[in-house]
Formats: sequence, C-alpha cells, structure tokens
Amino acid sequence: MQPRLYRVTRVRREIRDTCTLDMEPADGSPIPGFTPGQFNMLYVFAVGEVPISISGSPQAGNQLVHTVRAVGAVSRRICSLKKGDLLGVRGPYGSHWPVAESSGKGLIIAAGGIGLAPLRPVLYQVQAQRESFGQVILLYGARSPSDILFPRELERWKLAGVEVKVTVDRSAAGWSGPVGVVTSLIPRLTFDPLNAVAMICGPEVMMRFTIVQLNQRGVTDDRIFISMERNMKCGIGFCGHCQYGPSFICQDGPVLPFSRVRNLFGVREV
Amino acid sequence: MSSDCPDLDVNSQQVVIDGEGLQSLLAALKGAGYVVVGPTVRDGAIVYDRLASVQDLPIGWTDEQAGGHYRLRKRDDGAWFGYAVGPHSWKKFLFPSSLKLWSAQLKGKDFRIDAPEPDDTRYAFIGVRSCEMHAIAIQDRVFLRGQHGDPNYQAIREKVFIVAVNCGQAGGTCFCVSMNTGPGATFGYDLALTEVVDRERHYFVAESGTQPGRNMLSLIQQRPAEKSEAQAAREVVDRTARSMGRQMNTTDIKALLYRNYENPAWDKVANRCLTCANCTMVCPTCFCSTVEDTSDVTGQTAQRTRVWDSCFNVDFSYLHGGSVRPSGKSRYRQWMTHKLASWIDQFGTSGCVGCGRCITWCPVGIDITEEVRLIRESESSSQGA
Amino acid sequence: MQMQTLEPILSQHPFFQGIDRQYLALLAGCASNVVFHPNEHLMREGEPANHFYIIRQGRVSIEIAAPGQGAIPLQTVGEGEILGWSWIVPPYRWHFDGRAIQLTRAIALDAECLRGKCEADHDLGYDLLKRFAIVMAQRMSATRLQLLDLYGVNDTA
Repeated sequence: MQPRLYRVTRVRREIRDTCTLDMEPADGSPIPGFTPGQFNMLYVFAVGEVPISISGSPQAGNQLVHTVRAVGAVSRRICSLKKGDLLGVRGPYGSHWPVAESSGKGLIIAAGGIGLAPLRPVLYQVQAQRESFGQVILLYGARSPSDILFPRELERWKLAGVEVKVTVDRSAAGWSGPVGVVTSLIPRLTFDPLNAVAMICGPEVMMRFTIVQLNQRGVTDDRIFISMERNMKCGIGFCGHCQYGPSFICQDGPVLPFSRVRNLFGVREV
Repeated sequence: MSSDCPDLDVNSQQVVIDGEGLQSLLAALKGAGYVVVGPTVRDGAIVYDRLASVQDLPIGWTDEQAGGHYRLRKRDDGAWFGYAVGPHSWKKFLFPSSLKLWSAQLKGKDFRIDAPEPDDTRYAFIGVRSCEMHAIAIQDRVFLRGQHGDPNYQAIREKVFIVAVNCGQAGGTCFCVSMNTGPGATFGYDLALTEVVDRERHYFVAESGTQPGRNMLSLIQQRPAEKSEAQAAREVVDRTARSMGRQMNTTDIKALLYRNYENPAWDKVANRCLTCANCTMVCPTCFCSTVEDTSDVTGQTAQRTRVWDSCFNVDFSYLHGGSVRPSGKSRYRQWMTHKLASWIDQFGTSGCVGCGRCITWCPVGIDITEEVRLIRESESSSQGA
Repeated sequence: MQMQTLEPILSQHPFFQGIDRQYLALLAGCASNVVFHPNEHLMREGEPANHFYIIRQGRVSIEIAAPGQGAIPLQTVGEGEILGWSWIVPPYRWHFDGRAIQLTRAIALDAECLRGKCEADHDLGYDLLKRFAIVMAQRMSATRLQLLDLYGVNDTA
C-alpha cells in the first residue's frame, strides 16, 4: 500500500501546461505490466498523490510514461521534476480499453484535449498490430493548434494506417484544418457502425455529445467505452471517493462500457 | 446474512455463568494478552473503551433513544447490558479514525518510504450486538476483498476475540428485524451471552461459537443451563424481536432507489439535512476515508495519514475546480442510495444493519426508514390516485 | 445536361433525404456546380446571400473581419456539409465571410430562384425550412460546445 520509488529518466514539455515524464524503478527492477487505460497514483514527496493515466506503450521496455497536466499542487510539482528526481508510484490500477477484445473490428477513437494521453497506449497497440483491426479512425479535438498533443505521433499514426482527423475549437494563423468541436466530425464519417467499437476520452460534456452523435450513426451503447473521472484518494477501492453510482472508478473504471452507466449519465450531481 | 464463521458450533452446550464469572472472563482475557474493550458510561453516553473490570460496564443504565435524542436513564433492575448501542461502533478499533500509513524521509535529493508494522493489538470486544456483528462482517467484505485487502484492518481483525451479547430490549430507534440482522447473534462470535434478569435471579446464559471461545469459557466457573434457563434466554431475544419500534420495507429496495434519483423527496429531506456528517461517523458500516500528506516544519520528514471522511463533506467529490455534489440534496441522496442500494451491487448485502444510530444522532432527527417509506409512497400515490 | 447530372446527386445527399420527388427536379433547376480555389470567398459579410452550398469536396472557413486582427476564423464547414442559411432568413444577407481554404467543389443552389419557388409552393417552403432548422440547430449546438472551451483550464481528462 505504500508507493514504490521511481526515478525520472526524461521530462518532455508538451503543450503549455502539460508535460510527459518517463520513469523507471529506482531499484532497477522491472516495471509491472499494464494494459491501456490503466493509471498509477503518483506521489511527490510531502506534497501528495494524484491519479494519472499511463500514456506510454505497454511494449516500451522498462519505462513508465505519464503525461500530466499541471492544474493543481501535485501535478504542478510533477511537471517541475527533473531527470534523476524520485517520485512514488502505486499501481497500475483500474480497467482497460477493450483493445484486445476488439480484434477484427473497426475502432473509432475520440479524444478531447488531454484525453488523448490515456488513449495513446491504444494507438501504440494499433500501430504495432495494425492488421488485427479493421478501419481505425482517430478524432481529436484540441483547444487550438498550439494545444495539439503529440503532433509528430499523429503523423506517424497516419502513416500506420489510422485515419487521423484533428480539429480545434479556436483557430490560429497558419491553421488550415477543421475548426469546430470534435463531435462535428462524426456525422460525415464513412464507417460501418455495426462493426465499430468506440473509445472516448475527454471532458464529460464532450463525451456526452460524442455519444449522441455515435448513437445517431448507429453505434450502440454496448460498443461505446468511456473513461470516467472522479476524485480519488486511495485508488484501490477503500476510500469511497471515486464512486459513481455503484461503480468504483478506480476498480470498475476508469474505462467503462457506456451501457453500464447510461442511466446515471443523465443525472446531475451523481 | 449467512454465517461467515465456519467454526460456529450450533450444537454447543449452553451454560449459565454469573457476574463473577463474567469478571473472571475479563480477567482471563487480559491474562491471555487481550486488550479488553466494551461499553462504559462517559460524557452522558455509553461508549466503547477499555474495561478494567466489570465495574466499568454501564451497570443499571439504559439509553432512551429517538430521532435526534439520546439520554441515559437509570434502570431499576441493575441489568448489566440493558441498553442498545451508543455513538461508538467497533469500527473505532478495526478501522481507526486516524492511522499513520507510512512516513517518508528526505535523503539529499532522494527520499525513502518507511512503512510501520501493522498494529498487532489483540482486542477482546465485550458486548457486541447482533447488528454490530453484521456490521463487522460487512466491513470485512469492504476491507478484505479483492487483490488489495487492507493489511491494517486484517492485522487487527484476525486477532479479535468477540463476546456477543443478545439484546434484552429493542432500542428506541433500531430496526434489526427488518434488516435480518438480529436481535439474536447467530454467527461470528467466540462467545455469546444472554442476560436474564428478573426479581429473583440475575444470570447469563452463555455459549461458545469457536474453539478459542470454548477454551476461554472452560476457564470460567459455570454449570450447564437448565431447560427453563435456556428457554428464558430465548424468550429475552423473542421479546426484543417483537418490540421493535421501527421497520424498513426492503422489498426491491435497490431497484426502488435506482429509479428514484429525481424524486422530490430528496429536495424535502435536503431542507432539513445539515450535512453535518454525524450519521456517517456513528454508522458502523460507513468506511469512507481520506489521506492527509503532511510534513514536519523542516520539510525533511513527510507522513501519510488515513483519516475518516464523509460523503457529506462538500470537498469529498472535488473534481476539476469544484464539487461534483455541491448540493446537500445530492449528498444525502448519495449516502442513502449507497447505503441501501449501490452497496448491494458492490458487496452483495445491504450496507444498513438497522442499528438506528443515524436516526438517534442526527441533530434534526432524519429517519432513514421514513425516507424510504416516503419514496415508496410517492410511487404508489402517483400510480394509484 | 446539367440538370440531369445534379438531380441524382441531390437525391442521394442526406440533407434531402425523403424529399418529394417532384421537388428534386425543382431544386435541380436552381442548382449548379461551382469550384472555389484556395482563398476565394464564397460569401462576404453584408452582401446579398444569393446561394446556399452543398460542399462536395474541400473546406470553407467561416470568418469575421475585425480591424487590426484581419479575418478571425470561427468554424470550418467541410465535405458533405451544408453551408449558408442566410438565404432563407431576411434580410437575406450574409452574416459572416466564407473563404475556401482548400480547393472546394460545391453545388450552389440559387437563392432567389428557390425563394420564389418557396413562396409559390408553401409545402416546398415548409419542407426546406424544416431541413434548414436542423442545420442551424446543429450549427448552434456545436458552436455552444465550442464556446464552452472544454479543454481550457477547468478541464482535465
């Protein structure tokens, strides 16, 4: 129940308030296996702990990768760590995106903002086993062109046979791509809704409207998977904070089939 | 609630012991290294604390309980266990309100983490009521489940010696019969006592539930219970069961609450609820906690402490700069729906054992059985009328 | 020749799904193929809204010009989408600029031609208004989501 010590091996400044940390166990032991969608509790000495989704590849050797948005005390400190600094890690915890379970199917991956980070392990897996899936579409909505995460990897995924469609809420000079919310990309997509599995990660409002559009295109709720977020303290199902109805987001989630939480999604303050 | 204790010897012989016998039981437990805790009077209430001897028990006291009301009154029969339950529950020992999880020490630019050994205190719980036995079993399911069983809970729980006491009277707010949790203890105890007190006699009918219980009982002066005495003990429990002051209709209660998230009843109760969190503190099954990360003044040593938390706290659901449940209404709804409905999906049983503490200790006397009744009635009135 | 090629195209477009067969011919009568090169304007704020467009290929940026800031892009309209509702709402003038940012092929439907036919046949008018109400509702809903700035400071995922 106490954190394992990891040492930062690399810090990358992504977009404005977002960083990616690579880390490895301080004692040189192997990192635990994980599946895309899972998260770790990251601890900064004397400051606190936050749940952060793993954003690296399950096949990336002995490095644990997390992309962190600096919005609070702990996450800000995480993004100011330097190579060689220690932090505590508990995990991996939680449920995973149904990547292996979607073998042979088409994938619609919809990411909003930092939501691309918990989905990146899925895209790595698609990249590594492209032939295992049908049509793969990535819909990514960012705030503005300068807020686009992982731009080089977006290009690499295109080359790997993923249909990548990036849109921004707010345009800027030099941007000739779509301007508008990511949901507006869905009505005109060409895909087979009966053979598609959707994985959505982003602000809850974005996920709600994305689901409406997918439903309208004929994708049923049991094939739509979302990543939910709630306050977490322990990450292992004891503290009670992350409950969403009967689900513990830290154990039954964060990835949940929409069909399971459909009734709660429409209720305010749950 | 089915028996979780494989050791329970349903054919164990019932014996009769007296007050001195009970005292020697406490002494034997102490001698065996147990920290003996049980009910005692303090600050106008019957709480759970260390017992030096049977004299520390609330001898001759009873409790008068109602919604938002708790008073101690003197009895005229000198009963030793003539009351229901007070503001404490056994989670006080199994799931302490404050627990150091680990500490961290700065070493140059690095730091290390030191985990303390789990508390290995051996407690003997004296006077565990049937509803409380169920509550302990419910918390066992919370803390000992899955791949992340809580080692702190386990360390204390596996060493506890339980002396159950069958209730001689229904409390002012309890409804264990509705919840199938009492009034007679049926599992989980090492020893069970039923106090029989009338004008002529005052004795305890005792039986063991486990081998350790049998061993402990064998050290006490006793004689086999006669048929009439065993009968009297049964009568005590039956009489208690017949005199429940409250009941909760639990028919289909999970589906009932799941389909009533938008029921106006929540707005009504929200007008009264102070979100003071008393109910969650006194509830024997509430398990929510939070962690506090602190450091000393020098910043060299940090510590992580687990403390009780409550879903009634507005920060409990803090997310993205605000609270997911900012209104008192949503927090009351969360508590009650969790306790009576979601708990069943999570752990296979209700979270409520019908002890009535939440009713007694609510400053405005909100009654969970009443709230369920109102929601049920709102459905039939909208269908019928 | 032109009418024959555009009627099937219009009938297959989701926007006209379920429309009365007789109206398709009518609409095709008001339709023509158009091409816009990058940076060409399809519409300018304040000018008469003489068409609405079905974008078949390319991308159009909806913009507004502000002194000192040039043209501020607000939204883009792309392949398969409908561009232009100002033609059906008085005073029938464009509210924004529309600039092709890629080579854009579209079907342009003549607004004056259509407005006349809608006044003459109210059933056609009602049908078109209903279809455009949906387009405007979707545009407004999407715009509101854009306004929320969902990926701004108060969000994480």
